[in-house]
Amino acid sequence: MPQKLDTLKESPSQTAGPYVHIGMTPNFCGIAGVYPVDLGTTMVNAKTIGERITISGRVIDGGGEPLRDCVVEMWQADAAGLYPSPSETRGAADPNFTGWGRCPADGVTGIYRFDTIKPGRVPFPDGRLQAPHISLWIVARGINLGLSTRLYFADEAEANAADPILNRIEHRSRVPTLIAARDGNAYNLDIHLQGPNETVFFDI
Amino acid sequence: MSDTNTPPETGPFLARDRLWHPQAFTPGYKTSVLRSPQRALLSFNNTLSEMTGPVFGHSILGELDNDLIHNFAKPGESAIGPRIIVHGRVLDERARPVPGVLIEFWQANAGGRYRHKKEGYVAALDPNFGGCGRAISAADGSYSFRTVKPGPYPWPNGVNDWRPAHIHYSIFGSGFAQRLITQMYFEGDPLIPLCPIVKTIKDPAAIEQLTAALDMSMTIPMDATAYKFDIVLRGRRSTLFENRLEGN
Ligand SMILES: [Fe+3]
Repeated sequence: MPQKLDTLKESPSQTAGPYVHIGMTPNFCGIAGVYPVDLGTTMVNAKTIGERITISGRVIDGGGEPLRDCVVEMWQADAAGLYPSPSETRGAADPNFTGWGRCPADGVTGIYRFDTIKPGRVPFPDGRLQAPHISLWIVARGINLGLSTRLYFADEAEANAADPILNRIEHRSRVPTLIAARDGNAYNLDIHLQGPNETVFFDI
Repeated sequence: MSDTNTPPETGPFLARDRLWHPQAFTPGYKTSVLRSPQRALLSFNNTLSEMTGPVFGHSILGELDNDLIHNFAKPGESAIGPRIIVHGRVLDERARPVPGVLIEFWQANAGGRYRHKKEGYVAALDPNFGGCGRAISAADGSYSFRTVKPGPYPWPNGVNDWRPAHIHYSIFGSGFAQRLITQMYFEGDPLIPLCPIVKTIKDPAAIEQLTAALDMSMTIPMDATAYKFDIVLRGRRSTLFENRLEGN
C-alpha cells in the first residue's frame, strides 16, 4: 500500500431552505436586536471611489415565477480592479469599498438590488484583461448547491467581446444571459434558472 | 485576518466534486424541480474573481452572537430546550485549519418552530429564542456556539415528510468560490435517512459527514451536552512549480 494522501472531502452542500433569512438577514425578516445590521446591506460610503450604479433584477424559476425567497450575494473588484481581500496580492483596494453585498429578494416582487460602483478590469491568469464583471451567488429553497454566475455590463461591448470567460461560452446565443442592460446608472439582470433563457451557471 | 502571521491564502481552488454534492434536479425534493438549471455548467480555472473573497473581522461580533440561548432572550431569561454546545473546526481539503472565516447558523427552536412569518407549524414559538448566531473561526480553525437542540418539524413536500433535527450553516472561506451553505444533523436521529432533503445526497459517507457526533469530552456537567461538527471547505491547489509566463 502506498502512503495515504490524507485529503478530505468538501462538506456536501444542503439547500439554504425557506428560512435562510433568519441566519443571513435576520433584521430583514423581523428578528431585531440580535445583530445591529444585516451584513452586506451597505457596500459603499461617501468616500468610495468610482461610478455609482445600482444592480437589480429577479431570479426566475422554470415556471416563469420570480423567487421571492432567495438570497443573492455579489463580489466585485473596486474601481481600480482590485479586490478588497487578503488574497488580493497586487495592491491595496479602496478602503471605502467592501466589494461584497448580500440582498434578499423582495418578498412581493422578487427583486434584488445592490447599490455599488462599477468595477474596474481584473486580469485573467494569462495577463489579458477581463471585462468588468460582478460575481453572483444565489441560494434558496430548492437550490441544492449555491449557483455561481457573473454579471457583465451592456455598455462594455468591446471589453465583453474580448472577455476570456464570455468567449468560452460555446452557444453564443447564451452570452446575453450574463449581460445586464443599462438604464442611466441602473443595470438590470434577470437570472433564469431554467428555460430557453437559462442563465449560464459556472462550475468554478 | 490580520491576527495571523501566515501569508494570505491565494491561488486557484481544487475542482469541486459535484457527485459528492447533491445534484440540482432531485425530484424527491419537489421545490428543486423548477429551480434546477438543466444546461451544462461552464467550467473554467479560477481567476482572481473566484480566488479572492470578503473577510469579516471580529469587530462585527457581539458578545452573545455565539450564544443562541441568550442572544434573543429577555434579560435574566433563556431559551427553552435541551442545552447543547456545538463545536468543531473549519478545515480545507488539505486538512489544514482555516482561520478567520465567518460562520452563520440558524435553526428552529426546541419544538421545531422557526421564528419566520412563512412558518406554519403549530408548535409554539419560544419568546426567548430568535434562532440565529454567528462565529469566526480561530487561528486553529476552531469555532463553537451554545444553543438549544432544535426539534424536528414537518414540511410540505410529501404528505408526511419531517425534517430531522438540524442546524443550517453558511460558511465563508478566503475565496468567494469556497462559499458554502449546508446543514448539520445529530447523531442517532432516526429521521435522517427518511428526509427527502438529506436524500438529495447520494453517497452515505457524505451524509455521515454532515452528522455531528455526541462529544462527551466537551459536555459541561449539569449544564449542556456537546456535539462536534467539523466543516471542510475547498482547498487551494498547490502553487509549487506553477507555470509562469516567460518574461514575467
Ligand atoms: Fe430548517
